[in-house]
Amino acid sequence: MWVAGALVVLALTMVAGLLGGAADISPWQVVLQVVDWLPFVSADSGLAPVEQGLLYELRLPRVLVAAVVGGLLAMAGAGYQGVFRNPLADPYLLGAASGAGLATTLAIVLLPGAGASIPVAAFAGAVGGVFLAYTLGNAAGRSGGPGGGTATLVLAGVAVTSFLTAIQTFVQQLKVEELERIYSWILGDVGGGWDQLLLVLPYAAVSSVLLLLHGRMLDVLSVGDEEAGSLGVRAGRVRLTVLVAASLATASAVAVSGLIGFVGVVVPHVVRRLAGGSYRIVLPLSLIGGAAFLVAADLIARTVIAPAELPIGVVTMFVGAPFFVGVLRMTRRVAT
Amino acid sequence: MRPVRTAFAGALLGTLVLAGCGQTGANVAPSNSPTDSPTAPPAATAAASTGDFPVTVEAGNGKVTLAKKPERIVSLSATHTETLFAVGAGPQVVAVDDQSNYPPEAPKSDLSGFKPNVEAIIAKKPDLVILSNDQDKIVAELAKVNVPVLLEPAATKLEEAYEEIAEIGAATGNKAKADEVVTGMKTAMDKLAADAPKDKKLTYYHELDQTPYAATSGTFIGQVYAMFGLTNIADQAPDAAGGYPKLSAEFVAQADPALIFLADVKCCQQSKETLAKRPGWKNLSAVKNDQVIQLDDDLASRWGPRVVDLAEAIGAAVAKAGGTG
Repeated sequence: MWVAGALVVLALTMVAGLLGGAADISPWQVVLQVVDWLPFVSADSGLAPVEQGLLYELRLPRVLVAAVVGGLLAMAGAGYQGVFRNPLADPYLLGAASGAGLATTLAIVLLPGAGASIPVAAFAGAVGGVFLAYTLGNAAGRSGGPGGGTATLVLAGVAVTSFLTAIQTFVQQLKVEELERIYSWILGDVGGGWDQLLLVLPYAAVSSVLLLLHGRMLDVLSVGDEEAGSLGVRAGRVRLTVLVAASLATASAVAVSGLIGFVGVVVPHVVRRLAGGSYRIVLPLSLIGGAAFLVAADLIARTVIAPAELPIGVVTMFVGAPFFVGVLRMTRRVAT
Repeated sequence: MRPVRTAFAGALLGTLVLAGCGQTGANVAPSNSPTDSPTAPPAATAAASTGDFPVTVEAGNGKVTLAKKPERIVSLSATHTETLFAVGAGPQVVAVDDQSNYPPEAPKSDLSGFKPNVEAIIAKKPDLVILSNDQDKIVAELAKVNVPVLLEPAATKLEEAYEEIAEIGAATGNKAKADEVVTGMKTAMDKLAADAPKDKKLTYYHELDQTPYAATSGTFIGQVYAMFGLTNIADQAPDAAGGYPKLSAEFVAQADPALIFLADVKCCQQSKETLAKRPGWKNLSAVKNDQVIQLDDDLASRWGPRVVDLAEAIGAAVAKAGGTG
């Protein structure tokens, strides 16, 4: 029931995303144009070729990329929260953001005309950052005795983040003239067209399927490793699989959109407040809810000071935070 | 976790704000001065100057009095380096910052105007430091060691650019030559404006980077365009977006400007071809009609004597568009 409702919300948000924008095209014309794209149907929207092009090449892929990225980040956030049993865990917990930030900065600074290599660099950096944190955390955790596992991993993530951020800031100071480009990448952008969508889709599919399949396992894990073990669940393996899948989702999202904050924390919590804490429902609802949230955030970013644009990261944090607090208050009142 | 990332974002924001917006981007590769400027520096005439010292100049940091003619000038601004050489103060300059790539004979050093290091500046034993940005309280720091500083911030109007050239001329004992440069610039700019076809209102888009950031008519460069009777599509952005709004790509596509000026050529290798590859932009009239003009990034981000070269490039493009359209 919840999933159906969420899908309706997502569909409505995406329609709104397609209708609104900086270009002055009436909703009715957009509808006619979309009908015209359908096979075997033709409708005259009265739009010039440039306007048809902007709907098809700019607005439509942008809505889709926002949906995919938002879904991935929210679902990855939920996955991390499950693995670490920590409500503050977010997709960037293990160094994905700082790794991607460093790699992208290096690409911008070292490679002339780095546009095309940025997604590759960001993806590699995010994966590298997580791998580094995981390796260090595991090595330290083993010597720290039993039970130290996840906590040590989080601390390793903090250390790796600081370290990589330090290098990134240093490189950036050497090339101050590139600061604007680096900064605007960090604040996030879901534009870029169909290329970006095609780039992210395969990873999105693999990581989503993996994560969604592990919802039940995460529920079992939440009662504790020993109990999980007595139920025949191998905690270590489940955690590793979920971590890999969530990190893959994060890395691919970061690759096409930069570092969009807050989605991975706020959406899973809103979902939990509304639909309960079982990961079997939290994971799919986070996927759908995150998609809807980011499409809406992007719509705001594109329209609120049109024809200028806000960076999408500003909207997710500025609008997301009060919205989150509102949901927390509302649901507490219902609960008590 | 969260405090670390917040601090990270904070540090970034801090540095970005310090670096300033719009004016600073763009100039990476050293320029080999593609155009011969009509206001290019002549052979040294500094010795012949007749400045009467002490002089007092009204600069961005208040009244600055120089007891004697400065002979060891340090410039931390690419624009002011160009001005110094244009007004004949070149022989008095001992060091310029790492962004000063014109004229080629300027004594480029590893000093930074973005992250000024007070000790490194003092090591050059300057008797005058000229800069455009009071970064990290550098003006106060230099005052502590009694080094005279001339702060000439980024001009927002042509008139301010002329004033700054005159002030730099007066402060360095090259007043006569500086006045000559300014008069020459005014004459050249007036002629360019007079020659511009005023009958049709062409629209244009000035791109600072691919994000895409644009410049409105309220900016320094926007006023240069306004001389030619051009209409800026970025002016529809609300004031809240600042003089350098990040435009929506779909807005640019729909506005379909007659002329596109790129100021992200050196930094980001943008061209008509790369514009055509951007989603939804290949049918833009400017792309189809070959009205995409690649500007010199440096000229487009400075407000010194070579603003005339920039205006000439724009004027030529407008004349071409007027002739074909």
